[in-house]
Amino acid sequence: MNYRQATWERETDSGESVNEPLLSEKRTETVTHDDVDLPDELVREELTLPEPAEPEVASHYTRLSQMTYSVEHGPYPLGSCTMKYNPKFIEDVAALDEGSIHPDRADEDAQGTLAILHGLQEYLAEIGGMETATLQPPAGAAGEFTGLLVARAYHRSNDEDDERREVIVPASAHGTNFASAAMAGYDVVELPSDEDGRVPVDALEAAVGDSTAALMLTNPNTLGLFERDISEIADVVHDAGGLLYYDGANLNALLGRARPGDMGFDIMHYNVHKTFASPHGGGGPGAGPIGVVDELTDFLPDPHVRETDDGSFEFYEPAESVGKVHGFHGNWLVLLKTYAYISRLGDGGLKDTSAMAVLNANYLASQIDLDVPYGPFHHEFVASAGDVDAAEFAKGMLDEGVHPPTTKWPEIVDEALMTEPTEALSKDQLDVLAEAFTATGQKTPEELSEAPTTTAAGRIDQTSAARNPRLSWHDVEADDE
Amino acid sequence: MTTMQRIQHDRTDGSHEPNESSPFAPQTPQEVEAMLSAIDADSVEELFDVPEAVAFDGDFDVEAKSEYEVRSEIEDLLGRNADRTEFLGRGHYDHYVPSVVDYLSLRSEFLTSYTQYQPETSQGFLQALFEFQSMIVELTGLDVANCSMYDAATALGEAALLAARVRDTSGSRVLVPETIRSERRSVLENYADGAELTVETYPLDAGNTDLDALSDLIDEDVVMVYAQSPTARGAIEERLSDVASLADDHEAAFCLGSDPVALALLKEPAAVGADIVIGDASVLGLSASHGMGLGLFAVKEGYLRQVPGRLVGTSETADGRRAYTLTLQTREQHIRKERATSNICTNQAWVALRTAIHIASLGASGLASLAEECVTMASEAAARLEDVDGVAAPVDDRHHFREFVARTEVPATEVVDELADRGFLVHEVGEFEIQVCVTETNSADLDDLVAAVREVLV
Ligand SMILES: Cc1ncc(COP(=O)(O)O)c(C=O)c1O
Repeated sequence: MNYRQATWERETDSGESVNEPLLSEKRTETVTHDDVDLPDELVREELTLPEPAEPEVASHYTRLSQMTYSVEHGPYPLGSCTMKYNPKFIEDVAALDEGSIHPDRADEDAQGTLAILHGLQEYLAEIGGMETATLQPPAGAAGEFTGLLVARAYHRSNDEDDERREVIVPASAHGTNFASAAMAGYDVVELPSDEDGRVPVDALEAAVGDSTAALMLTNPNTLGLFERDISEIADVVHDAGGLLYYDGANLNALLGRARPGDMGFDIMHYNVHKTFASPHGGGGPGAGPIGVVDELTDFLPDPHVRETDDGSFEFYEPAESVGKVHGFHGNWLVLLKTYAYISRLGDGGLKDTSAMAVLNANYLASQIDLDVPYGPFHHEFVASAGDVDAAEFAKGMLDEGVHPPTTKWPEIVDEALMTEPTEALSKDQLDVLAEAFTATGQKTPEELSEAPTTTAAGRIDQTSAARNPRLSWHDVEADDE
Repeated sequence: MTTMQRIQHDRTDGSHEPNESSPFAPQTPQEVEAMLSAIDADSVEELFDVPEAVAFDGDFDVEAKSEYEVRSEIEDLLGRNADRTEFLGRGHYDHYVPSVVDYLSLRSEFLTSYTQYQPETSQGFLQALFEFQSMIVELTGLDVANCSMYDAATALGEAALLAARVRDTSGSRVLVPETIRSERRSVLENYADGAELTVETYPLDAGNTDLDALSDLIDEDVVMVYAQSPTARGAIEERLSDVASLADDHEAAFCLGSDPVALALLKEPAAVGADIVIGDASVLGLSASHGMGLGLFAVKEGYLRQVPGRLVGTSETADGRRAYTLTLQTREQHIRKERATSNICTNQAWVALRTAIHIASLGASGLASLAEECVTMASEAAARLEDVDGVAAPVDDRHHFREFVARTEVPATEVVDELADRGFLVHEVGEFEIQVCVTETNSADLDDLVAAVREVLV
């Protein structure tokens, strides 16, 4: 593929070569507050910020946008991130004026918003096989943290919180699982994977006990493999008095084929910005609702939504609520988009989503030359770059006009390229992506070390960024002097 | 094959049920067949390695709809939100967001990309986030700002955890003002709990910190003192420097809660001795959105290595050009796992982009005048209500920003209900206290609000 990303290279006044000057390098203004009716000691002396006119703002951000690769440019197969197409109409739905309300409205003045929140609670519960779901956590990691607060509240209610101090996390899990467990006050017990890439039931049996609060599991796991022993795993954890937590990052593999609730999970989070197509926005916002089984509903965050006898909706505080995990009601605009997406797809569309996601991953894997050591995989696979550093391989792929996969994780695969095409790539685009893998595989080590050459910036020196942190335009100016 | 036919086709087993496919998955039945044959499979279903015992063969009972039907359904539902003029604030504010913010931020490059793991192909978004960090640095006077937390409450929770980590000696208490919203305090308590920190409140005295009470409460076991300006009741706090020195004397971090509009006017946090600033930055960038926010998080230099969340820094390319990249990532969960400074991964980057565009389009002078108006509008509105018989405003004898508390002779519940019946929403914050928030999006309705209050209080 012959590819070139846009760039507008020029020199700043200080002679530095840049792609687009900082706003602060164009025009700034320093203002003082001379007329405000406040004592001087409460007022700042001055404020210096860029002062562009609107045409300049428009041009600046349009250029920045063109130096940003996105899902709508083409393949973006970041494993575990589910970079699928984000339908346009959900943005229009989120922009509706009637949805733009203050979070402190009384229930009777917010019936529309409450109806949608309630509807989404029900959709998610049904899809996950859970009793209900709270919508408050603002991302997947926040969902994990909330789920562990719920687990902790449950153990407290059984007077077991003092003993149950451990959360078991498989080695191949996402970093947030470990960090969320630590933030909730737990000791993390790491469980190595079995030879087949799955959780070894005997090692799990040895690891669980009176100190186990929960096991956190991703299924299919980060290799794309279904944990076939899930029923046994659930029994082992439950027999030890622990709870089973489902990391929903990979739910796009299973819609309508299997539900965490039916597998024995007690708590799960949904990554709606993955599975349910709310846009990733350059890093967020997302939402990480959590579903729970009947026994745990009393512990859910405050408030939860329920339907009253007269068909209206109300917020209420669950009996033994863990309290709040977001200052208000979570990322409302994201939740609204999620509701719209699920309503649009319905049962058939949701099931088809997973079918095409799994077919795409399998087809793509069959078209590339790299070793994929573990299977059968579902919506994603982890290929090995072999003798080549996976990070270098990724830089080479950038020059083929595609976004590379997630690299070097999970660690169980050498030089891992974790690849998730999602259902949204057509066969043609899968072939383009496969070709990018092939072309990159043929590059010499020298070519790879010089890649990328087609992007707005060439290879960036990470060490110098960390050794001499310049984190604002103030730091850049100081450096220039 | 036409689109209509394709949508009616179940691609997984060749049957022809209506609405069996996703409109956002492009494969034609012929392509599915070709792909299946390339992998030697007879059907898509056989690719699922799910044991019988846990397989699901039911339905979710969600009926697929056309785009038009979904939009109509949601318009109908949202139409059930009562048509009211909101004079509501208390941590979530509605400022006018210029059209340029929507048009630019909704460009699909911004909207549909993700975290900049490959900086070479993400320079634009990285620069936008770098500029956002810079704006926050300018507004707070502190050295470092990250490129977002979820919201003000979770940012406060992270601040407490940071404060505990940076101390030489361990500590277990966090002090917050009694006027803090209970919701924000609850989030803080949840973050604090895992680190075995407890949260206690200190009293205020007419909108300012009660310094005597605070100094009685504070000891070496306190890791962080939190104050807000403006307070949750809208008062501009006048004793921040004293709070800062009290905290400093006890080796506690001083965390200030504020927002970018207020910061454009009020004494910079760094100048009053703040070590950390948190707040909701989406007061610029998002209009009222049911509480969705953007956690602002800034710290002084010394805390850099303990900052939670993502940081964008500059570096160079091999050919010597300036470039942007996520940096100091060894703080983060994907590398440091349970020893990371935070569990945050997905953040609020797109909201930060919107906030930055909003600040850019206001410019220094636009932002400064907006901030000044927030003082003027609050004092005018308070004066207008003070004129109403049976109302005293503001209750706190302070300068106010956007909002203030008024005392009513009639119980606040009644006032709030009767105002709602007349189409106006205000907060009930005490038995005889209401809180009123004015910005440029509701100030044109102030006359009507005052008239309604007069009716309610006769
Ligand atoms: C497997 C897995 N778990 C958890 C998360 C965390 O989710 P979020 O980024 O929404 O906080 C991710 C996301 O990257 C993930 O891939």
